[in-house]
Amino acid sequence: MTVRVQREVFDITQLIDSLQANDPGVGAVVNFVGYVRDINLGEAVAGLFLEHYPGMTERSLQKIIDNARARWPLRAVQIVHRIGPLSISEPIVFVGVSSPHRQAAFEACAFIMDYLKTDAPFWKREDVAGGARWVDARDSDRSAVERWAEAQQQVAIQHARA
Amino acid sequence: MILINYFARYREQLNLGGEKLPLTDSLRTIEDVRRLLMARGELWRQVLGENNLMCALNQELCHPDRVIEDFDEIAFFPPVTGG
Repeated sequence: MTVRVQREVFDITQLIDSLQANDPGVGAVVNFVGYVRDINLGEAVAGLFLEHYPGMTERSLQKIIDNARARWPLRAVQIVHRIGPLSISEPIVFVGVSSPHRQAAFEACAFIMDYLKTDAPFWKREDVAGGARWVDARDSDRSAVERWAEAQQQVAIQHARA
Repeated sequence: MILINYFARYREQLNLGGEKLPLTDSLRTIEDVRRLLMARGELWRQVLGENNLMCALNQELCHPDRVIEDFDEIAFFPPVTGG
């Protein structure tokens, strides 16, 4: 399965292995794992709760994968995202891709993670000393996806000139 | 009839996860629905009036000017914070 949304912790080693398993065409595997950090915006965080939009979550992640596949020659892609209550240092998200060559794998993994941050309907609520607070989106996440759109435009311009 | 979902902070602030509304002639786009809901009072005006509000039509992110049809599923939510 390419996209999974689950409460349970995931096995990182098994996921990485699955990206290369039985595929001699794979030359590179790149993965990203996100964890629950102990401090956010200068405040100690005791834990997190992750809410999502069932149905739309899976669709949006699949769409991000489709867009990545249209851009890079990818073999396998895996996204696993946790929901529900999470403690400090627990893994939240796994994104892994395999490709014949490393450049495509590095870029596609970053692309998927960047779009997951801005397009996939997940919301974090943090437990801090004063109670629970919803995490605000960061402007830097928005600028991260904009660089992919700009890169795409540059490619289009170069093609037009050629 | 249209289905409207609210998520995360909006769901908590409005104290409502979702509702159904009849699709009347005055409701052509998602923006029309948002304006109708904002007219319910100060709380609704504040929450759905946020300028970084996100919306989805049938479980896909979209612009609020999208035209809606009967049995559509609409959602309003704050900017997403997964990953």
